[in-house]
Amino acid sequence: MTAAIRERLVGAPLPQGLEPFGGVTARAPHLATRESKCGRKLCSSLEDAIRASGLKNGMTISFHHAFREGDKIINLVVDTLAAMGFRDLTLAPSSLLSCNAPLIEHIRSGVIRRIYTSGMRGKLAEAISNGLMEEPINVHSHGGRVHLIDRGELTLDVAFLAVATADDFGNANAVSGRSRCGSLGYAMVDAARAGKVILLAEQLVPFPNAPASIRQDQVDLVVKVDQIGDPSKISVGAARITSNPRELLIARLAADVMEHSGWFENGFSLQTGTGGSATATARFLEQRMLKKGIKAAFALGGITGSIVDLHKKGLIGRILDTQSFDAVAAQSLAENPEHWEISTNTYANLTSKGACSDRVDMVILSALEIDLDFNVNVITGSDGVMRGASGGHSDVAAGANLPIVVGPLIRSRIPTVVERCTTVVTPGETIGVLVTDHGIAVNPNRPEVAERLKAAGLPVTTIEDLYGRAVALTGKPQPIEFLDKVVGLIRYRDGSVIDVVRQVKG
Amino acid sequence: MKIVREALAGTLESSDLMVRIAPREGELAIVLQSEVIHQFGPQIEAVVRGCLAKLGIAEALVVIEDKGALDCVIAARVQTAVSRAVDAWTADWSVLS
Repeated sequence: MTAAIRERLVGAPLPQGLEPFGGVTARAPHLATRESKCGRKLCSSLEDAIRASGLKNGMTISFHHAFREGDKIINLVVDTLAAMGFRDLTLAPSSLLSCNAPLIEHIRSGVIRRIYTSGMRGKLAEAISNGLMEEPINVHSHGGRVHLIDRGELTLDVAFLAVATADDFGNANAVSGRSRCGSLGYAMVDAARAGKVILLAEQLVPFPNAPASIRQDQVDLVVKVDQIGDPSKISVGAARITSNPRELLIARLAADVMEHSGWFENGFSLQTGTGGSATATARFLEQRMLKKGIKAAFALGGITGSIVDLHKKGLIGRILDTQSFDAVAAQSLAENPEHWEISTNTYANLTSKGACSDRVDMVILSALEIDLDFNVNVITGSDGVMRGASGGHSDVAAGANLPIVVGPLIRSRIPTVVERCTTVVTPGETIGVLVTDHGIAVNPNRPEVAERLKAAGLPVTTIEDLYGRAVALTGKPQPIEFLDKVVGLIRYRDGSVIDVVRQVKG
Repeated sequence: MKIVREALAGTLESSDLMVRIAPREGELAIVLQSEVIHQFGPQIEAVVRGCLAKLGIAEALVVIEDKGALDCVIAARVQTAVSRAVDAWTADWSVLS
């Protein structure tokens, strides 16, 4: 039949570069049989999927970390790659956590050569801070990761994306099935940008699976795995709910600041990040919103149950969710049409065509350290060891109208307010207010905010005063000793290097 | 005062410390472990030694496991441990604070 059609071209020389019709399946061999048409993406094992992806030594592999401490996929895939003999890979997950300690062995043995991540915790972070890797790791923000991909520095060759349910064509989500992490905001970025996209699905469901957070036209391969993650561990670590009275005091003060900041008007918008005080602040907002008779237009970011609760009470219009921080948030995303799943590109990439971070009025942010210039460290502890994550901190600080940093003045004997941050992740000029259990300091570049808070009778002082109080309680810490070797590059959201982390002196 | 028996004071909660004190002939030996030893090790030891000196303790083995306690907490725990380890408390309270 093809030959008969080809005869039509006889005597009609084709323009340079065009080819004659070669048959329906010439360029689409998968259409040759019914089985290959529908089942061509489905692999019988992870090893088969890896082989089919064309992954080679030296390439870059990517993951999402929506399961946080409950993730079962990053370690599983890297173990498998090691057993298959891969080497010199660049590991580019959206972030790493304490559960990724088994990667230490794969770094030692040369399976992993470079790392891009938002953060690290636990033994892996300690080992890297102590010089485990030859090349420094790159620490990026959530928005900054998308920027690094889009500008070509970070090329995702193969993305291994954990999903709760998928059909055999690759329509996938994490709001249905057994192991639900909710939003796939990180994974959506990789699905749209990676050279090859492998879905690791806990459950295979009939076509077409909906909602399709990741769509069939983005997916190359699908493989079933036993378990992608443990949702009960998502809220372990950073994303916890506090009953600590000091954190609740800070949260109440933060809510006071929001109420009197000048942005607490009908239709305002907010983000409450992770950390005990930040998460609890949402709870204190409720009575203040009711009293004033106002509602928020939207809440952004990592979404917790407390935000969902405000939404259900009619106090927040829409929820824009790039990561669901607990089961309540994940369930709400599944059921509630006003609860939207957004990618980290939509969330906070400064070169995105529209980042929600630019539309936020007030954001509550955490800090390990904040210095006299309001620069914030969320990555290294006071001992110089990496133990945190950049996250959306610098992204939303840059975009929001009023970024509010909350934290205790001291943590055991360690001051939070310091003369000079161990590491700068977020530049101080973007921070508006610091709220501690010993008082509030307003950045001198925001005098109008200071005036409003003072007029409301809030305990406003200077950051120098807070620093003085901290040191009076703890004594002046001796500076940490570092070696010359750089173990981490802190990338600002625009890709520039804002600071480096050096190896700690054993 | 003389340390005549082993004694304990404190807890291993964050912001606290555990002080163990025991008899030792001829020397004052201090073993310090702390979560904040890099930032505050010498200061913690100075507080412990100062506190023991005010109590007139020149011979003892003192083992400290610190979880980031402030100086006032360290002094209180050391005093308490000593009070439990001596037969007769003869220290002058007025010089202790």
